[in-house]
Amino acid sequence: MKLIFEEGAKGRRAYKIPPCDVPQKALSAILGKNNLRADAPALPECSEVDVVRHFTNLSQLNFALDTGFYPLGSCTMKYNPKINEDLSRLAGFCEMHPLQSEEDSQGAMQLYYELERSLSAIFGMSRFTLLPAAGAHGELCGMMIIAAYHRSRKDYARKTIIVPDSSHGTNPASASIAGFTVKTIKSGPDGLLDLNALKEALGPDTAGMMLTNPSTLGLFEKDIMKAADMVHKAGGLLYYDGANSNAILCKTTPSLMGFDVVHTNLHKTFSTPHGGGGPGSGPVGVVEKLVPFLPSPLIAYKNGKYVFEKENKLSIGKMRSFFGNFGVLVKAYAYILANGAEGLDEVSTAAVANANYLCRRLSKAFTLPYGDNRCMHEFVLSGQEIKDKYGVSTLDMAKRLIEMGYHPPTIYFPLIVHEAIMIEPCETESVATLKEFVDAMLTVAKEAKECPEKLHAAPQNKPVTRLDETLAARTPVVKAQ
Amino acid sequence: MNYIPQTKEEQKELLCSVGIEDVRELFDCIPKKARLKALPDLKPAMTEPELIEYFGKLASKNRPAGLCPSFLGAGVYDHYVPAVIDHVLSRQEFYTAYTPYQPEISQGTLTAIFEYQTMICRLTGLDVSNAGLYDSAMAAAETMLMAAGATKRNKIYVAKSVNPELSKVLETYAQFKEIKIEYLPYGKDGKVKIRDFSDGACVIVQSPNFFGVIEDIEKVSAKAHEGKALSAVCADPLSLALLKTPGEAGADIAFGETQSLGLKMSFGGPYCGYMAVREALMRKMPGRIVGQTVDTEGRRAFVLTLQAREQHIRREKATSNICSNQALCALANTVYLSLLGPEGLCDAASQSAQKAAYLCDKLCKTGKFEKVFTGHFFREFAVRCKGASPAKLNSAARKAGFVGGYELKKSFPELSDCLLLAVTEKRTRAEIDEFAERMARV
Amino acid sequence: MSKVIDGLYYSKEHEWVKVEGNEALIGITDYAQDALGDLVYADCGTVGAAVSAGDAVAVLESVKAASDVYSPVSGTVTRINEELSDAPEKINADAFGNFLFAVELSDKSELDTLMDASAYEDFCKEEH
Repeated sequence: MKLIFEEGAKGRRAYKIPPCDVPQKALSAILGKNNLRADAPALPECSEVDVVRHFTNLSQLNFALDTGFYPLGSCTMKYNPKINEDLSRLAGFCEMHPLQSEEDSQGAMQLYYELERSLSAIFGMSRFTLLPAAGAHGELCGMMIIAAYHRSRKDYARKTIIVPDSSHGTNPASASIAGFTVKTIKSGPDGLLDLNALKEALGPDTAGMMLTNPSTLGLFEKDIMKAADMVHKAGGLLYYDGANSNAILCKTTPSLMGFDVVHTNLHKTFSTPHGGGGPGSGPVGVVEKLVPFLPSPLIAYKNGKYVFEKENKLSIGKMRSFFGNFGVLVKAYAYILANGAEGLDEVSTAAVANANYLCRRLSKAFTLPYGDNRCMHEFVLSGQEIKDKYGVSTLDMAKRLIEMGYHPPTIYFPLIVHEAIMIEPCETESVATLKEFVDAMLTVAKEAKECPEKLHAAPQNKPVTRLDETLAARTPVVKAQ
Repeated sequence: MNYIPQTKEEQKELLCSVGIEDVRELFDCIPKKARLKALPDLKPAMTEPELIEYFGKLASKNRPAGLCPSFLGAGVYDHYVPAVIDHVLSRQEFYTAYTPYQPEISQGTLTAIFEYQTMICRLTGLDVSNAGLYDSAMAAAETMLMAAGATKRNKIYVAKSVNPELSKVLETYAQFKEIKIEYLPYGKDGKVKIRDFSDGACVIVQSPNFFGVIEDIEKVSAKAHEGKALSAVCADPLSLALLKTPGEAGADIAFGETQSLGLKMSFGGPYCGYMAVREALMRKMPGRIVGQTVDTEGRRAFVLTLQAREQHIRREKATSNICSNQALCALANTVYLSLLGPEGLCDAASQSAQKAAYLCDKLCKTGKFEKVFTGHFFREFAVRCKGASPAKLNSAARKAGFVGGYELKKSFPELSDCLLLAVTEKRTRAEIDEFAERMARV
Repeated sequence: MSKVIDGLYYSKEHEWVKVEGNEALIGITDYAQDALGDLVYADCGTVGAAVSAGDAVAVLESVKAASDVYSPVSGTVTRINEELSDAPEKINADAFGNFLFAVELSDKSELDTLMDASAYEDFCKEEH
């Protein structure tokens, strides 16, 4: 495949704007002679057809949700409804300047307000900020809120955030960027939170704990309420990493479990597209006592009008320019309105049902180190036994699945499972897809024993075979010549 | 309406086949006290036509740019977005794809990001670009953290003339990392006043700055380097079609908002923050980076690389927690730059500059306005309103069917009688003339 | 099984220390290079830096991992192995033959807190 710089020809141009219709001056007079660059940037010179063909052909090198199944643990790759795309493209939304007057922006502000109220209801929180641009950004925002809370109480010693060893890598990174020290605690033998380890970790330096529930193993933390109680008694706050909330929609809420701060990934639970790596959105919700610390702006409804609230003096400030990824918010709100509460209740039911079906069918051919043959929305298998016996790694199996037309599951995470294979089917896959995937996984397990070389060499039928990642990192080439 | 393909019967059958009698037993693990007793209070579910009607009503309560020619900028600009872009972004293989961690089935996204990185390097004159950050304010915050880490200093100098959205975000991040921000005032020409930077991690200036004025990056960079501080520039990428590149002017880091390269204004986002650095900073740069390599057959291919910098490997030792790159927005930028090419991009930038200069002259000639700053400007400029107040002018503009400017008193109390106006290539002479006349009549 | 060499001191962070007069050469063990995988980048630290035992001095990166290398002893960094910045893979080929940095020892008694080859061998077995 050519790069766009290798397409086209000198002088080609894809689009033209009308000629300048105001009297013109020399650019050096307007911009200052010393400020000008010598040559125009070396950009592609292409016709419109060149450009459209190039990018359409590029797109066809991608695997995507609309072409196949992503059993991708921890990432909740559910179907992205098409109507949401259309609604976010309404001129009344996408052509709005963020600094137009409140008068001009009532519709956008109403949508913002209603989405905030809907998320608050779904997660049982008092209020939400819709600013964070991604899950990790939400985590950071939540950590800053926790830091600001302790600081407002002059409780300066609280500098430690506790995370379990099964946590997402972003958790410790986010806590650290917010100025905290991170204490990692070991999971118990059942893969769940170990209350003894927690007890030992708690102290006067505890600012809080970050937890996802169900955990990254796809297991519900049965002691969650005890843990919450312990953290609170120690003076800390409890943070809910909402990456796995597809499992609990309308069954429980973080607030009922005892959490104080929560982020949700709209690009996971609320169906907005991943876009090949963004834009996402990671709103953060808090309990009543933390509302004053939320970043600004927030929107209120007063005297029949939507208005921007004055920034609270305890607010952590601004997390992002303007109002966050508004275009993503439109899609998420459309999803919530399409489902309603009953629809969302069915979502978690179907997500957990599908995962359990796969879990039971696959735990015979692979090892299920935790979970007693059941799970929530996802589960983690181990390929260690297959690796030990036949020399086939989890990576090899993942690459073979690619050959068979699947996006592989999340692998080598969580870190507490050797040769981890983390599977999350979501609610939007049909019975036929699930059954075919089981067959594919069983075939891979069989092939690992019978023809391991086939797996080592996979994939053979995709645009490229396995890449030399060492070469890429050792002698980085990060732009075209 | 939901998007679950299976019927209740199918679900029951599926579960029965693996020995699960009742789907409800799967939720037994939730402690009784934590179970939700009633469904959350949400609006009743809507079907597709109902959604269209509901969202259509909301959208119609807004007053978008298409309906009223806009002279509002302040970081977000109403440039023309060619039709091709949305068609490419609507390719399901792009927008419904996951992060390209499996390179064998993600060459589309990876190649496009590699092209994006190349274009950002060529625009900025710097060595290495990442795959994009959330927005320019976030890119500023990441710049601050990177500079503090690289220089082991905890003070940064920031021009007061940067976009206030950006400085507010910097303040939020700085307070938790015990980084001190010192603001640099602006002079009568609108340019930053420089000083000794020998205790600074970096100097952050914006050019063209919030007032539209083009800064002297060479001077700032030289002074920064004299004090062993890094020089970072927030530069609008469209302006770089014409202006000296940050690399050429001696900056170590460039970042900015790519909204002006083919992204709709969308009430503030999603946009993409670009970031480019000199090679020496490559391994300290946050965010994803795509690199070139070969597959086992020796074919050129692309892959996420230098991942050892990132949070999923470094965990609490990572210098940034970012793990997405606004990929679809970066794709829009890449398509935009491919469509316009060097000539088209210079045309869009130059027409914006010409038309802004034209409006500025026109307003000043009425005698009711005067330029606030003497420095050269690009696309945007501040005027002092000698007659009616900026608020009155804006409300008159609104009545006349325009979107007026940015009232500078919102962020700069000392400029309470000043209005910031932006003009893009989309504005016609007729629109500009009418706007100027209306403003003069207030 | 990873290689271990007699006559060196070993730390729990899988660094080896070779004492020559008052100078200590410090590298990572064969076990550590194997755990990290193909190295792609080595930053061996700064000459002249004052370090205390346990301070991070060097950084090693492979495709899938990153690791700080700590100085098991206190003193001043006198030399770094500059060859490694262009060829980090040398560590994979011979972990004990390629030191990362050298420290002028300020407190020789710190060496007593480190392991000898056989103690380190046992330590690795436990880790696995």
